[in-house]
Amino acid sequence: LRSQIAIRDAQAHILSSDPTSLVFGEDVAFGGVFRSTMGLAETYGRERVFNTPLCEQGIVGFGIGLADMGHTAIAEIQFGDYIFPAFDQIVNEAAKYNYRSGGQFGVGKLTIRAPCMGVGHGALYHSQSVEQFFMGVPGLKVVVPRSPIQAKGLLAGAVRDDNPVVFLEPKMLYRSSVEEVPLDDFTLPLSDAEVVVGGKDLTLISWGAPLYACVEALDILKNPPKSIEKHFPASVRDASVEVIDLRTILPWDRETVVQSVAKTGRCVVVHEAPVTAGVGAEIAAEVQKNCFLKLEAPVMRVGGWDTPFPHVGELFYKPEAVRIADALVKSLTF
Amino acid sequence: MSRLRLPNHLRASARPIAVSACNVNSARPFASSSLLRKDGDEPQGHLPGHPSSVFLTSLNDSFFDSVKPKTLSGNQNAKGGIPTYRLMDGVGRLLPGVTDEMVSITQDEAVKMYRTMLLLPQIDVILYNAQRQGRISFMMTSYGEEGAVIGSAAGLDAKDEVFAQYRESGVLLWRDFSIDHYMSQVFGAEDDLCGGRQMPIHFGSTQHHFHTISSPLATQIPQAAGAGYALKRTKGREGNVVICYFGEGAASEGDFHAGMNLASTTKSPVIFFVRNNGYAISTPAAEQFRGDGIASRGPGYGMLTLRVDGNDALAVRSAVKAAKSKALSEQRPVLIEAMTYRVGHHSTSDDSSAYRSKQAVESWKQMDNPLHRMRNFLTDRGWWNDTLEEETKTQHRKTVIEAMGRAEKKKRPQLSSLFEGTYRGEMPSNLKEQRAELAELLEKYGSLPGWSKELAKHANAGKDMEQYREKRQM
Repeated sequence: LRSQIAIRDAQAHILSSDPTSLVFGEDVAFGGVFRSTMGLAETYGRERVFNTPLCEQGIVGFGIGLADMGHTAIAEIQFGDYIFPAFDQIVNEAAKYNYRSGGQFGVGKLTIRAPCMGVGHGALYHSQSVEQFFMGVPGLKVVVPRSPIQAKGLLAGAVRDDNPVVFLEPKMLYRSSVEEVPLDDFTLPLSDAEVVVGGKDLTLISWGAPLYACVEALDILKNPPKSIEKHFPASVRDASVEVIDLRTILPWDRETVVQSVAKTGRCVVVHEAPVTAGVGAEIAAEVQKNCFLKLEAPVMRVGGWDTPFPHVGELFYKPEAVRIADALVKSLTF
Repeated sequence: MSRLRLPNHLRASARPIAVSACNVNSARPFASSSLLRKDGDEPQGHLPGHPSSVFLTSLNDSFFDSVKPKTLSGNQNAKGGIPTYRLMDGVGRLLPGVTDEMVSITQDEAVKMYRTMLLLPQIDVILYNAQRQGRISFMMTSYGEEGAVIGSAAGLDAKDEVFAQYRESGVLLWRDFSIDHYMSQVFGAEDDLCGGRQMPIHFGSTQHHFHTISSPLATQIPQAAGAGYALKRTKGREGNVVICYFGEGAASEGDFHAGMNLASTTKSPVIFFVRNNGYAISTPAAEQFRGDGIASRGPGYGMLTLRVDGNDALAVRSAVKAAKSKALSEQRPVLIEAMTYRVGHHSTSDDSSAYRSKQAVESWKQMDNPLHRMRNFLTDRGWWNDTLEEETKTQHRKTVIEAMGRAEKKKRPQLSSLFEGTYRGEMPSNLKEQRAELAELLEKYGSLPGWSKELAKHANAGKDMEQYREKRQM
């Protein structure tokens, strides 16, 4: 099953089991520009799955109002790049609703879905990773899945969580990432990072689409192509790298990360967003604070460059496998 | 895009923790799209999105810059702008042709309205001075807008949902929100319903269906649209509407546009109530918009719209009643623009004489005063007199001063509540760690004069933090 279908199915489960639930956003009624709401309007009715006017601050504000009244609101922002008009509603309103009202009012039933990350040719406004802008917002949860199973389980978890959640879906994976997904309704826990590959020499942390580049990087490290093998000394090729999918950006699973780095002594963080003030900065700060005596090398960050996301040249902008492999070598040979 | 193979180790990690077997809908194929109705497929006139529009060939005739109100039969005054609905004249006498039946109010209700209107200036003057003496940090008064606020509150049911800006605390008072809770909010006392977390006058009460006020302007407008849609879908609430208050300045925010359009397209029963009081802090309305007030925008959103004299509490009440009835029967939002005047300063942080003359304010107070008009209406009917006026004012003053005295003596919430409520459910580990850090700092530095003086104001004097000292993780 593809990610977009898994996401559609998660929403179908919610719509079936929760009569107050609603799905809305720009162009969701005909199935969505990424087909992730396909068939929902026909099955559950236009009153529950509907198009809104083209206005992101309105979509999120509207969702807050629904959630405030106890209804389950699944709002779609067509691209993460266009979530900024709703930044005020998310940061000043949704995230603070419970705190400022002394718990009298809350918008825990609000989930904001938005496609994110590079897609090959999306340029400045169809490629951005926006999770770091929400990481400093107490009261909010931010989730990024990496695959169809993760997308389905984490979306169900996000919708059922009693806090507002920004759910960012790597659009590169909508059709390309395919796996068997349980047809049943299931939930994956938020704020739990997942160790997807165990290892003892280095901790490699990422989330969303770049996780696939991380896995490719491990292959390069083990079997570097002839043309570049001189950059991979024999001593690093057998390195045992622990790969962690962070999954939830806020509140993030420091325990799993710190435990892993305390064990390996080395840490590389990979994300598509620009490096400066990216999520990697927060992770690096916590790792050095908690693992200072265990660290064998500086914490490294591989990310997009500190530029807008370019149209041509995406290959050289994004953290590609070889760039990640290079960082692994630098860390392992430090 | 090429198909990306999913590596095994990224795949084998579903670990579902909650499985519900009862739900199989998603596994079924969905209806074929060829059978589905598609919006816009049926021709609706010669232009998309509009059923009828006359073609003109004259460029000059094609330009327009105003919305004309409905043609009024025989009313010569309906020129110049959108007309204003009123029932009383400037001194509280019913206008020619207006009968008591049209006003349709009982003595009890009219007197309750006036009593509540009189309570507002008492609170205003006492808390305004309390702020000047440094006893509270901030205050915003309702001077001049008593009629618009209480009139609208009286037109509603106590269960209609209120989304307010900040100058509408009268709605809470009309709904018998206790003066003690009012003062506890202002003083950030232990029993403040909002936990002492927000600035004064940011009220909220679930019991009174009054959604907690926040400072960012206009954010409540699209929220009200969503709440209206939710009401429409809630069994047992079909008789209720949402009312959303804001000023004419807030109407310049993008969220105004968002909320109006969303409420209209989703056909949600919401009353948008604009208090057009002429000023947004120092900015006069003339620098806020060039159109015919806010009311002229309603038709652009396909919204039923009405402009009312905001200093005529009875006209406001009946306008809101009618708007509610139309919002429910026609399942659509209604815009009400209440024309009034901000007699007081914007807030205690503002001195309005810097941008308008004191004389202008005085003449508004004299010329068109919502309290005088309501008082005369009542007096004409023998429902009110000077003795009652004096007694009520004295009683209000006593009530307010006593409640303020009680609130001022109350402790602030426990210090540990600073961390609570950021999230519902379990507190994230970073917050627990920071709470432990503050507990440790209090242990070390709590005796500093500045700290100990502040700590003493909190319930438990910060002792509740002690339990978190040991729990520091990592």
